[in-house]
Amino acid sequence: METPRFELTASPHIKGPDSTPRIMWTVVGSLVPVILASVWYFGPSAVLVIATTTASCVLTERFLGHGRTLRDGSATITGILLGLTLPAGLPLWMAFIGGVFAIGLGKLIFGGLGQNVFNPALLGRAFMQAAFPQALTTWPDLGGSWWALRGDNLAFPFMTPHVVSSMTGATPLGLMKFEGAHTALAKLIFGSTGGSLGETASLVILVCGGYLALKKYLDWRIPISIFITVAVLSQLIHIFMPGKPDALFMLFSGGLMLGAVFMATDMVTSPSTPRGAWIYGAGIGALVVVIRLWGGLPEGVMYAILLMNSLVPFINRATQPRLFGTGKEAAA
Amino acid sequence: MRDLFWIFVSSMLVNNFTLVLFLGLCPFLGVSAKVATAVRMGMADIFVMVITSVTVSALNAWVLPHAPYLKIIAFIVVIASLVQIVEMVIRKVSPTLFRELGIYLPLITTNCAILGLALLQTSKGYGFTEGLVYAVGSGLGLTLALVLMASIRETVELASVPSIARNMGLVLIIAGSLSLAFMGFAGLFSS
Repeated sequence: METPRFELTASPHIKGPDSTPRIMWTVVGSLVPVILASVWYFGPSAVLVIATTTASCVLTERFLGHGRTLRDGSATITGILLGLTLPAGLPLWMAFIGGVFAIGLGKLIFGGLGQNVFNPALLGRAFMQAAFPQALTTWPDLGGSWWALRGDNLAFPFMTPHVVSSMTGATPLGLMKFEGAHTALAKLIFGSTGGSLGETASLVILVCGGYLALKKYLDWRIPISIFITVAVLSQLIHIFMPGKPDALFMLFSGGLMLGAVFMATDMVTSPSTPRGAWIYGAGIGALVVVIRLWGGLPEGVMYAILLMNSLVPFINRATQPRLFGTGKEAAA
Repeated sequence: MRDLFWIFVSSMLVNNFTLVLFLGLCPFLGVSAKVATAVRMGMADIFVMVITSVTVSALNAWVLPHAPYLKIIAFIVVIASLVQIVEMVIRKVSPTLFRELGIYLPLITTNCAILGLALLQTSKGYGFTEGLVYAVGSGLGLTLALVLMASIRETVELASVPSIARNMGLVLIIAGSLSLAFMGFAGLFSS
């Protein structure tokens, strides 16, 4: 048979250089400064925890997955993000189990990349929060030797970790919620506060997120709508109930930056329409404010994103754009 | 007023019958394949729950003080007969809905969510108004869980799920994930 003179393919005909592995590895690259910041603040413990979650995610993908999605970097991203949400002093065996859960039951069980409903890293984190509540809320204090481990990282599996009492601190949100104490804004922006590995350095996260947004690897509408909702709501509440924290504190404390920039924007689990992205972001922002101010937990970003993840199929359906050329009735 | 609001939020989100208390799982797993059916099931649930709550308030006020040992039997008998009446009405009014709900409407009769509502309302000492708010909140919570589950199930219908997790396996995983997400509401408005 004669070879056709023209290549016949289905649309799209204009192809960009972007591919799944390229996008994923760029995101991994943009996470490097965040990892460096966490190593700067939390020392060798940060390296250990992040390396463990990444290794467990990649291994799970390798042994339970198809194998063909191993090199696209998505499991690496999940592993790094999961590590960044954990406290520095976490025993490594817990981190490992979290990674296995995140990839195994958060992603592979749905059929792998692109088909999962919930953000795997956050699902793994929520699972760990339910399974090891105490270890997950033991925050190391800053200060002391950089080389020292920030907790009992090397605890033997299923043994009670030694809690070094002099080294446990509190997160700014915890201080706010349970003691009504404020943390200085500069500390929050540069990250010299207690908290999970990757959430403290807000400025670094914003810069990396800005880079990804410029490359269009994340939908800028989602973080922007989260920030606007959180800022407006919390400032309004602050005006009427002065005991509640103000907008700047809410924006720069806790996992809001990390969650809004790197987790809520996960391409698989966020809405596919622009209008849906605004709704999704606003929902996350509102839930964050409600859970932080009135919930039993000091931090609610993880749960807010997971809850909105579960609404994404609904948002996608409700915000289908009108087909070009059809009337208003046809869209419904 | 504040108490009523708290009861409403608590029964709908914080102590969601399906996702936190794990009551009423049969309709949650059985009728959650399509959003439209899930919504109708939820409506039926709200309806039966409101009837239950009113009945329980009446029983608690007039019958059970004289015969406390009849509590569970009275609840089961009264609720079962009420659901039978509801079933007859639905069969007459909307045969489509009746067909679509299939076995699940009779299942509501023996549904733990309904008896759970009756017993919880009694043990929490809710009166008529509080009970009504509690029933509507719980029913809406059930509907919310059902609809969320159904919309997710419709989405993952085309996913290439590994054979070990086809159908019910994946549904249980999703249910667990939703339950994890709902843990975020723990302690909401309690202080």
